[in-house]
Formats: sequence, C-alpha cells, structure tokens
Amino acid sequence: MKHIISILIENEAGALSRVAGLFSARGYNIESLTVAATEDATMSRMTIVTSGSDEVIEQIIKQLNKLVDVVKVIDLNDGKFIERELMLVKVKATAQYREEMKRMCDIFRGRIIDVADGSFTIELTGSGSKLDAFIESLDNTAILETVRTGASGIGRGDRILKV
Amino acid sequence: MDSQVKNTAITGAEIVIRCLNEEKVKFVFGYPGGAVLHIYDEIYKQNGFKHILVRHEQAAVHAADAFSRATGEVGVALVTSGPGATNAVTGIATAYMDSIPIVVISGQVPVPAIGMDAFQEVDMVGITRPCVKHNFLVKDVKDIAATIKKAFYIAATGRPGPVVVDIPKDITAHLAEFIYPKTVEMRSYNPVLKGHSGQIKKAIKLLLEAKRPMIYTGGGLVLGDGAEELIKLAQTLNYPVTNTLMGLGGYPATDKQFVGMLGMHGTYEANMAMQNCDVLIAIGARFDDRVIGNPTHFLSQKRTIIHIDVDPSSISKRVKVDVPIVGHVKSVLLEMNEVLKAEDTKNDISKWWKQIDEWRGVKSLLYKNSDTVIKPQYVIEKLWEVTKGDAYVTSDVGQHQMWAAQYYKFDKPRRWINSGGLGTMGVGLPYAMGCQFADKNAQVACVTGEGSIQMNIQELSTCAQYGLPIKVILLNNRYLGMVRQWQEFFYENRYSESYMDSLPDFVKLAESYGHIGMQITNPSDVEGALKEAFAKKDKFVFMDFITDQDENVFPMIANGKGLSEMIMGKDNKHREELE
Ligand SMILES: Cc1ncc(C[n+]2csc(CCOP(=O)(O)OP(=O)(O)O)c2C)c(N)n1
Ligand SMILES: [Mg+2]
Repeated sequence: MKHIISILIENEAGALSRVAGLFSARGYNIESLTVAATEDATMSRMTIVTSGSDEVIEQIIKQLNKLVDVVKVIDLNDGKFIERELMLVKVKATAQYREEMKRMCDIFRGRIIDVADGSFTIELTGSGSKLDAFIESLDNTAILETVRTGASGIGRGDRILKV
Repeated sequence: MDSQVKNTAITGAEIVIRCLNEEKVKFVFGYPGGAVLHIYDEIYKQNGFKHILVRHEQAAVHAADAFSRATGEVGVALVTSGPGATNAVTGIATAYMDSIPIVVISGQVPVPAIGMDAFQEVDMVGITRPCVKHNFLVKDVKDIAATIKKAFYIAATGRPGPVVVDIPKDITAHLAEFIYPKTVEMRSYNPVLKGHSGQIKKAIKLLLEAKRPMIYTGGGLVLGDGAEELIKLAQTLNYPVTNTLMGLGGYPATDKQFVGMLGMHGTYEANMAMQNCDVLIAIGARFDDRVIGNPTHFLSQKRTIIHIDVDPSSISKRVKVDVPIVGHVKSVLLEMNEVLKAEDTKNDISKWWKQIDEWRGVKSLLYKNSDTVIKPQYVIEKLWEVTKGDAYVTSDVGQHQMWAAQYYKFDKPRRWINSGGLGTMGVGLPYAMGCQFADKNAQVACVTGEGSIQMNIQELSTCAQYGLPIKVILLNNRYLGMVRQWQEFFYENRYSESYMDSLPDFVKLAESYGHIGMQITNPSDVEGALKEAFAKKDKFVFMDFITDQDENVFPMIANGKGLSEMIMGKDNKHREELE
C-alpha cells in the first residue's frame, strides 16, 4: 500500500543523502521525495511517498528514526491528512488544441501561467491521483513537457508534526 | 582543567589531542600520512594516550574494535586521507555489523581542495555512510571539540556503533579556543534506556506460565553488560539458556543450564529447544539468518516471543514478536529480577528438561579423535584446558572460528572476540592485539586459519614492536576450509580455488620477526606444545598446527533449512536416525 511519510530532519549537509541512502541500501522504494527548510531554518521537512507491506513500512519508520539526524518521523496514513503536489505541464496550444486545453484546465481547476504562440503552460495542484487523472485526460500527443514536485503532506486538524 | 574556562587559542590538531584526553582515551591505533601530519606532530608532544603504530589501517580499526569489545570502552583509530581512509573501511564495516563503539578520525584534504580530485582525496563521509552509526565532516576548527564529544557519545549510547570524524588538514592548523562541552544534547538523538514496566510485567507472567521456556541471548547482552543479571534471571527460573555466536560468554558455558550455541553450527539441543519451546525470550539478539535459518520454518511452530533490545528496528524485523521491550538490556533485566522477587518462581518444567537432556544425549559435538592426524576440535579442547578457560580468544573467519566457538567453553563475557556480522577474514591477529593492549597480563589466543592469518600477517611486526605475548593457534588445513566444506556439500566436491598453495614456512616467518615459531604435526604433542607456549608469558608464539585436511564443521544447517533440519557429523551414531 502507498504511504506518505513525513520527516523532520536536521538541516545539515548530507542529511538528504542519509535518507536516500537508507532507502536504496535496504531496498525500499521511493515514489517521490520532497524536502525544504521549515520555519525553523535549522530543520528540514521531508515528505516521502513509498509503498510496501505493513511490516516493511514499520521497518522504514524504525530505520528512519534510527538515523542520528532525524528528529521525528510520522506515517501520515496513520490518521487523516492532506496531500498536495504541484505540476507544471506544457501543452500544445495551436489553433486545433487551444480551446480544448483551456476547457480541461478549467475542469481541473488549473491555471494557465504562460502563454506562447503554440503552447500553454498549465499549473495544477492536487493529490497525486488528481494530477495523474489530468495527464490521462489530455491527448498524449499534445503534451510537450511535464514536471512534478512530488507530494507534500500534512496532518488534518490537530495532527501536528513539530519538535 | 575546567573545560568551561576560556584558554588561549590552540591549533585544531592540539584540540583533537585534548578532546581524546578529555575522553580518557588510553590507546589510539593509527598510521600517519599527509593529511594528519599536524595531528601526529601533536601526538609527538603529548603523553596522555599511547599511540600504537600498526602496519595497515585495517588492522588499526580492528584493534580499536577489539579493545572496545574487551573493555567496553570506546576504541579509537586514526588514519590519513585517501588510501588510509579506504583501508579503514573494512574495519569500520566490521565494527558496524557487530555494533561496536569506536571513533575513527580520518584526515581529509584541505577544505578548499575538497571536490577538486585533490591528491589523496576520497569522500570518506560518502564512502562510510552505509556502514557507520553516524559520521561528520568538520569544516570549522571551532566545531572540532563539540563534534568529537558527540562522536564518542553517539558511538557508546543506544545501540553502539562506529562513528567517523573526517577532519580536513587546514582545519587542524587553524586556531581556536579549546572548550570541551560537558554534556551532549541532541534533539534528534535520544536513545531509550528504560524498558516499559507494563511490558516487563507481561513478560514475567508469560515466562512463569511457560511449559517449555527458552532464553536466547546475543551480542547485545554482552555489549550491554547484562551477563550478571541474566545469570540471576536464568538461575532463579532454572530455564535453559542458549547464546548466539556473538553472545558466547553471556552465560557461563560450563553451567548445567547452558545448552550451547545455537544456529547454523549450533548444538542439536540448542536448536531443537529453540524450535520447540513455547515461550522464547530473546535478549540482545536479532533472529538473523545464521541463527534461525529459514524464518518460515521457524514460524511453523507456534510460540510466544518476548524480545528485549535497545534498537527498536531489531524488533519484529525478521520474526514477528509478541512482547517487544525496547530498552538497555541491563536495565530491563534488573527490573525483571526486581519484579521476580515478589513472584512465586516455582514453575515445574522437569518434563522439558528431560526432553532437553534427551537431545543432549545425541552428543552433536562428538568427534572421533585420531592418534595419527591432529583434529582441530582437539586443539581447541586442549587450548581450553591449558588456559583454564580464562583466555581472551580471538578468531578469524572459517571452520576454525566455528570450532573455537563450539569447543572453547566461555564462562565470561567479552572473552570471545570475533567478527560475527560481517565475517571478516583477517580480524584475528589485530583483534588479539586489541585484547592484549586492553589487558596486558591476560592470556590471549588467536585461533586462525592459514587463509585468514595471511590477510593481516603484516601485524606480526606490530606485535614485535610492542612486545605483545599473543599466542597464535593456527589450525592449518591447507584449505579455505569453510569454502571447501560448502563445495563438498553443495557443489559435488568441486574444490574451486579453495586450496591454499605456496604457504610460507610459518615457523621461519614468525622467527624472522623475532617471535617464537612452533610447528605441531603429532596429536600427542598438542597438549605439551600448548603448555610450553603459554608458559612463555612474555613471548609471542606462533603455533602452526598441521590439522586434518578433510574435517568438517558439524552440526550444520544448510542455507534455507530450518533449525530442526541439522546435518550431523559422520562419527555421530545418531546421524542416520536423525536424517
Ligand atoms: C575478507 C573475506 N574474504 C572472503 C571470505 C569468504 N570466506 C569465508 S571462510 C573462508 C575460508 C577461510 O579459510 P581459513 O582462514 O584457512 O580457515 P578454515 O576455514 O580453513 O578454518 C573464506 C574464503 C571472508 N569471510 N572474508
Ligand atoms: Mg584453512
């Protein structure tokens, strides 16, 4: 099953490679990984999307906790949470596609953030599956380029990950 | 000196030395080179610790590792950048796999040269990341002291392990005040020490209700200094105890409750009891593949498992556990013994003991001695007798290692020093050095093979320099015996590259370093030779025992097989009925 794991980690040189190295060394898969500093610049927040049996996820959490730089780890799937990902898609916007692209963008509540002669760049946020759905609903030959940030996640309501 | 008082500025190199003095380090095992020359210059001027000049950096780390295994203190090694650092990696990985607390200080090229493919540059932090508990690259002289303080703290606490501190050369020349922190506070690192009391009570209840209880302890018990409390627990309950290869000495081997080592080359009774028990308590052990064999086979028998370990990630990793207790083994066992005082500990398990005694009757370690060729098992039995069971025994990796583990009865913890996790050939001699430095009057025996000893044979020179009275017990079978055994069993006797040709004359070799060399070819000379060697209390003696080439290690559990599927030796009269 897919799990979203949130990590607070010391913002030290090499911290990211410790996490990435752990996943590759122990054969855990990473679907996506995002990281940036938090409001406290000495600490980074990382979101990892991974999948595995309950036993594997339990081991992943334990092994992450064992890293000396890791301050806190939670599995967002243990409770209610919100998942968001940002995607930028450059699509063909020649006469033949222009209206269709505008329409699709509206349906998915995206925004056109760059307009050129033959192309649009669309910005879209949402869960990973929403972004997948958008891509699937476009004519494949009209997609020029896509870039996705990978998911970020946060607990709902009182679920707070902080030191 | 009060470390909080500001002093005048000193160099980074001197700070390194002062830190090691603050940590009361007695020995630093090392080898100099360009990137650590400033540090070596300060070593020249100090006498707080003794520097031991090895002949290869791998041996420096192994010796520091063994010093730690023997004493419980943090071992320290010092190496230069580049090749010095890479030579240290095998030693670091060996310590990592067995959770041994050591601090390795490596030199690095100057900060401005990092990333420029400078002479003798290697990304030490990158290379060692998967085989250290933690590592640091120090980029500011002001950080040296706090980093070394953290390194020692991290190495020794929680589940111990090696920590690397990589220090660029220019940093060791820069100046700073020396301020050694008194304590370490890390929001990201707070190992749990005390076990959960509710879980402990639950465990006690289960243990007292058991019909076929079993106590299984590993290296964690030895490293956590839990042996004394284990003896109390086991003897209060009168339950059987088995130790893993890493855990030998955790429970006295000569005690009647001890059923021997378990696992791939464990005794029949230990493996059968492990498989057939109804309540199992695992203490500082991790159910690894060499211990329980095939986990599916192991789990095909129902039992309740209690697991005490300082590392939560060791619990329910290979085998699902019913009562996990995360905590330092000694503190958890102390609490268990406390709880037990108020309980009625009479639990009649005589039927279970009767069953175990029947298994003991199989005599799985029985071998047929010979009066024409030296049996390796016999050498170890005699070694035990001659040293009165009180030596530090180090071993290399191979058949000789297993025989040492099976036939030397370890009654004390921290006496059996070997590479269990990584299985590193070449550790034996440097491990013996570490033990001899740890306890200069002790009897230290290095049980080795002619393959393994040649992997760090250069250390004969170090032993000569420091006058270490180690006794090398070479079980010379002219084969990479353990490899040959597998080839005999699983590759239809195709002995591919497992023969040891062109061996040196070990007697002359030892003598060329100024040591005593002995070759023993006759079984009737074994005991006398051992007595003669150990009587030379201040001499290094290299004993080349020419042993039976075809001997195999039994019992054996083949890869992927279960605990009750042991192969017995050909001299075992039960061999057929068991198969
Ligand atoms: C560094 C290293 N290389 C290879 C091995 C694989 N290996 C395990 S046991 C063994 C044979 C050891 O031979 P020897 O030291 O003569 O001991 P014996 O088994 O004959 O007692 C080998 C090659 C290893 N454990 N370590
Ligand atoms: Mg051999």
